[in-house]
Amino acid sequence: MGKRIGLEVSLSAAEAVKMANVDCIAAYPITPQTHIVEHLSELVNDGELDAEFIPVESEHSAMSVSAGASAVGARAFTCTSSQGLSLMNEIVHIVASMRLPVVMILANRSMSGPISIWNDHTDVMSIRDCGWIQVFANNGQEVFDHVLFGYKVAESQGVMLPLIINIDGFILTHVIEPIEFWEKEQVEQYLPDFEPIHTLHPDRPVTMGGVGMPYVFSEAKVAQDEPLKQSKSVIISAWKELGDIVGRYYSPIETYRSGDAETLFITQGSYGETVSLVVDELRDEGKSVGLVMDRLWRPFPFDEFREATGQTRNLIIIDRAISYGGQGGPLAIDIRSALYKEKNQPNITNFICGLAGRDVTIDDFKNIYHKAMQKVKKHPREEDFEYYGVRGK
Amino acid sequence: MEIVESTNVYAYKLITKKDYFAPGHRACQGCAEALAVRLVAKALGRNVIVASATGCMEIISSPMPFTSWRVPWIHVAFENAAAVASGAEAGMKVLMRKGRVPKRKITFLAMAGDGGTSDIGVQALSGALERGHDFIYICYDNEAYMNTGIQRSSSTPYGASTTTSPAGKVIPGQITWKKNMPEIAVAHNIPYVATACPSYPIDLVEKVNKAARVKGPAYIHILSVCPTGWRLAPELSIRAGRLAVETGVFPLYEVEYGRYRFTEEYLKIQGRFRHLSEEMIDTIQKRVVEEYEKLEKKIKMTEGD
Ligand SMILES: Cc1ncc(C[n+]2csc(CCOP(=O)(O)OP(=O)(O)O)c2C)c(N)n1
Ligand code: SF4
Ligand SMILES: [Mg+2]
Repeated sequence: MGKRIGLEVSLSAAEAVKMANVDCIAAYPITPQTHIVEHLSELVNDGELDAEFIPVESEHSAMSVSAGASAVGARAFTCTSSQGLSLMNEIVHIVASMRLPVVMILANRSMSGPISIWNDHTDVMSIRDCGWIQVFANNGQEVFDHVLFGYKVAESQGVMLPLIINIDGFILTHVIEPIEFWEKEQVEQYLPDFEPIHTLHPDRPVTMGGVGMPYVFSEAKVAQDEPLKQSKSVIISAWKELGDIVGRYYSPIETYRSGDAETLFITQGSYGETVSLVVDELRDEGKSVGLVMDRLWRPFPFDEFREATGQTRNLIIIDRAISYGGQGGPLAIDIRSALYKEKNQPNITNFICGLAGRDVTIDDFKNIYHKAMQKVKKHPREEDFEYYGVRGK
Repeated sequence: MEIVESTNVYAYKLITKKDYFAPGHRACQGCAEALAVRLVAKALGRNVIVASATGCMEIISSPMPFTSWRVPWIHVAFENAAAVASGAEAGMKVLMRKGRVPKRKITFLAMAGDGGTSDIGVQALSGALERGHDFIYICYDNEAYMNTGIQRSSSTPYGASTTTSPAGKVIPGQITWKKNMPEIAVAHNIPYVATACPSYPIDLVEKVNKAARVKGPAYIHILSVCPTGWRLAPELSIRAGRLAVETGVFPLYEVEYGRYRFTEEYLKIQGRFRHLSEEMIDTIQKRVVEEYEKLEKKIKMTEGD
């Protein structure tokens, strides 16, 4: 077992990047991602990590540099939040289509405007369809583990796709948590060197990023989506292997007291841990409540969701992003689609809350539970979602 | 040693017959930008990794599943060739340092049009020059966004009619002056900046070779005549490039470590000057500048006569 120390989650994330022996780090500062890259530059400048640290002039270049580095066969890391993600958006899509296994930590922060540095999931949801593998971390340990997991999955031969690790800004990035480090041997056992299929090298010239005329474009896109869908089996076995080595087992969704529950909360990211406390308290009050936390976001774990929620009467889906003019939050939209053909469809209520760092406390979640129980009586439609806790509504 | 009858003819033989930018690409007839690309590829040989911006040269050379590139080549987007090349250079450096790729000299080339350089790509370029990556950046300046249909760029010359600076009844075409991109590169204090034109192929190849030799960033701005966008007969491309240089519209010069000089090619290709020392070349250079300035004054004095 590795050493266990109390450390800010951002710093431990950087330490995990070091353990992954990353070759190239290109990043541009933005709150709340800053501590991660600051610590990485320290590690490089102190000679603790042999990597190129490229202090780029923008996030657009951060992702472009990562693309170039990955294309020559270097293990590339970058890290950003909200506006930075928007600025690099164009290249985020291209990196996926070029099958470059860059790993990015996204310290989730609200999208401007109004400008805000605080946490929600509006940034990642804006690139939901970018073609990257996307996971959410619930706590600091998961962030650490998923950096190593990230490279293992992204770089596997049948996958070769970039991967995003979502971590809630401030709620996770800026808190000190007990983190269990991996032993060097454990990393070596788990994560092999990056063995790309094609690289840019004069001895084997290849052309990357050619023009896709209509007669090849659709084929190119399907050839991109297939490995993303199929990556799920690689992801599951990479989690299994991780568990066998460090003793922490992960899965696409995590359930808590859900087996016999009549009502299930569904969350993404760090809210899961808060809601697990809510579940305990509601159970103490005699309510039949459980929790499903979504860890894998893309590829979407359809089967797992159907299995976990199929027998449930009510779902309370907590979203932290808006689909303007649409049918609620992005998580609710996907889950509704996943359950559309099920025989015993649960009543679905959807609450959008915690936008840009607005606190959602245990009492708030209890309140949400009671509101949901009222709502299900009226058979809410998909557009009947609620912005929870908004004044003047 | 054989007697060389004509240095002019001999000099051309110094350029390799090998092509790394293959024929069969889809550029228009008489495209001097494609010619410039071909010459650059010849100059750099096979030990190169190319990062290209979106634009005519990318479109005409890479329709999947075909490619004109016999060297490793990557295209990611329009405005980021300098950043992609930065990543490739940095990535290769660390892989060689860690022993995962055998050590050897590889040249990194970023290439873009004038739009991809002086407009949308200027930020990424400035960042890469400032960070000091060991790479060459080449701007193929055809003085407009040709790939999207001849729209103006900041490199379009004053007066030119383009599809977004049309010669209208009130506004007679482009009303701004050409952005001085080589000067912007010079301001980054990089080791080498040059201007070139494929109408002067030996000069162009020599400058590319020089750029490949310097350690750190080098910037070459190549005037690339585009018959389609310039409304010019394809057979006049080379002539138009020569005229641009001869008339001083597009002067050829080099800036080595901040030292400006007109191109030495004129002297170099002539056996009768081969013996000149650096000081003598400097003396000639000084005199040329003085004479040129005098001439400019005279032109001004007699203006409107
Ligand atoms: C972000 C972005 N904006 C606009 C475009 C559309 N676009 C593609 S090429 C091009 C013009 C290229 O002009 P230039 O760089 O001068 O190269 P040329 O085609 O003239 O050689 C434009 C505007 C794009 N691909 N990406
Ligand atoms: S439009 Fe101009 S630059 Fe583009 S391929 Fe044709 S001639 Fe060359
Ligand atoms: Mg152009």
